[in-house]
Amino acid sequence: MQKQDSEAVKKALGKAGAYGEDIDIDRFEAGTRNPEAIDDIADADSSLRETMSHVGVTSEEERSGTIVFIDNGMSHCSNREQEGVEILSTRQAFEKYDWVKDYMWNAMSPEKDKYTAKTYLEESDGYFIRVKKGYKARHPVQTCMLIKRNKTLQNLHNIIIMEEGSSLEIITGCSTTHSSGDSLHVGVSEIYLQDDSNLQFSMIHSWGKETSVRPRTAATIGKGASYTNNYILLNPVGSLQSYPVSSLNGEGASCTFNTMCLAEKGSNVDTGGIAVLNASGTNAQIMSRSITKGGRMIARGRLVGNAPGAKAHLECRSLVLEDGGMTLAIPELETSVADVEMTHEAAVGKIARDQIEYLMSRGLTEDEAIGMIVRGFLAGSIEGLPQSLRKEIDEAIEKANLGS
Amino acid sequence: MLEIKNLHVRAGGREILKGIDLTIPDGHTCVLFGPNGSGKSTLLAAIMGYGSTEITEGRIVFKGQDITRMSVDERAKLGIGMMMQRPPNVTGVKLGDLVKATAGGGDCEGVLDKVDTFGMDRFMDRDVNVGFSGGELKRSELLQLTAQQPDFVLLDEPESGVDIESMALVGQKVRELLYDNSVCGVKSNVNRDVSSLVITHTGQILDYIGADTAYIMKDGTIRCSGRPADILKDIREKGYRECIECRSRIVKL
Repeated sequence: MQKQDSEAVKKALGKAGAYGEDIDIDRFEAGTRNPEAIDDIADADSSLRETMSHVGVTSEEERSGTIVFIDNGMSHCSNREQEGVEILSTRQAFEKYDWVKDYMWNAMSPEKDKYTAKTYLEESDGYFIRVKKGYKARHPVQTCMLIKRNKTLQNLHNIIIMEEGSSLEIITGCSTTHSSGDSLHVGVSEIYLQDDSNLQFSMIHSWGKETSVRPRTAATIGKGASYTNNYILLNPVGSLQSYPVSSLNGEGASCTFNTMCLAEKGSNVDTGGIAVLNASGTNAQIMSRSITKGGRMIARGRLVGNAPGAKAHLECRSLVLEDGGMTLAIPELETSVADVEMTHEAAVGKIARDQIEYLMSRGLTEDEAIGMIVRGFLAGSIEGLPQSLRKEIDEAIEKANLGS
Repeated sequence: MLEIKNLHVRAGGREILKGIDLTIPDGHTCVLFGPNGSGKSTLLAAIMGYGSTEITEGRIVFKGQDITRMSVDERAKLGIGMMMQRPPNVTGVKLGDLVKATAGGGDCEGVLDKVDTFGMDRFMDRDVNVGFSGGELKRSELLQLTAQQPDFVLLDEPESGVDIESMALVGQKVRELLYDNSVCGVKSNVNRDVSSLVITHTGQILDYIGADTAYIMKDGTIRCSGRPADILKDIREKGYRECIECRSRIVKL
């Protein structure tokens, strides 16, 4: 497992992230590796169940499998499609298969910053999901990462392997409980899409007002494979910074990033996506819809065209619902190849008054009209959003009281 | 039903309406003619309460209530509904959701089963007005209004941008909206007494509705009134200016 130069990684413990404010990792205590075991999600205590349901993790019906981590250890793992899907903890997978080490710290460098270095040095556990060659999963796999104890550093290392021609949808929900808000979540996810595979990966976050969040996600995408990354954050958070990278390495590979975020007062959100188009005929789309309601919101997007025939589009749209806070859209396009087609658009502003009044003239109150427009604005960012998530999104929008 | 007294309205930084007096009784259909820029659309927007208009003097009374300072939704709830000439795009909001919200879970939800009669069944999952053609915009507006069932309907050029074939459907739906003794296109025994104020340039819509009175507006005031067919004939033959001059002479005599 430790194939990297440990000294260099130790040095990286002092390396702040490239973006976002620096977090003092030592302020938090490592989360337990032996949390309570949950046999059946339906039997979990009601507060845990409620927390999970807010991030789309629900009953195990209509799911291929479910894996839950509480703090730093696995608490539940079930699998109904064992014929094609394998769900383990990263540690179990590492012990079971000799080849798993080739997928550890391959898409992601442990020296990226202090958060990856810490995860590497702690030999953190996490979930391991593998879909066998040619297998098309019937239902989504749900994964959940909860922080239960306060002042906890949650360090997880997840690996997803989509073998050739396989297909899967993953819904992953991350959350804190009511009492564990002042914690730090670090989730390193390495995602491998082999040729002609298809993965739809939806991540829903729901944190506390003080929580610090530093996900680190990297995906490599093979020939003809297609990857969708949906990211949803509609609740208050302390400081969240995430900038997942997709490397489109195989001819005709494609990826889509869809982001919907809300920054309420006190929230500091810095998120987006990077697509690196390394092969000919690759295709990427980055769509970001964000709302600021007195918080700080940075919406980034970066397209790097390294091969002829690469096509990509980047769209950052932000609604500003009230004065104060800060909204910054940073779309970037980079290439050294002549034959690429990369475009971007960015827009920041309030909801047009004539749209609100138009809906009001149908009898909707001003709040109802704004709520409807905001909901449409957010949901419009994600085509083919899993139906199971719509309810959670509607509830979060309701709770955020965006109409007032 | 509607009474407008000495209404002065500013829009776009200047005074557009300069003292409008207008009374529309229950069940009356009134037509508003007038050259471009005379203030017709501004009058409709002021009655609906849109923020693009600012009432500086005068008042609007609807069903006995002074609505001059009322918000748009309060006016809508009192029974005023409007078909805009160019309604805004509302990206992300599905037409079906808006129609449903407009019907408000009441009796008018039944209209959702009849969207095909508006030729809008393929549009329910589309973003409101985004990429709609002229005729689609009008049918979409009429579908929304049918779900809303206002007692007083403001129609801003219902025929503009509509091709000849679609005009029959638009005309039929306007007629149903104004005169059908039914609720949301579903027959009932409720007696409705709908009034309306209709802006038209071509008078085409008059083939489908029976207007009671026509007014000509120019430079922010109502200059004359009369039987709709006569006024339309005069405008067609003599143009607005001569028609107004001639008719004001008649009034003086």
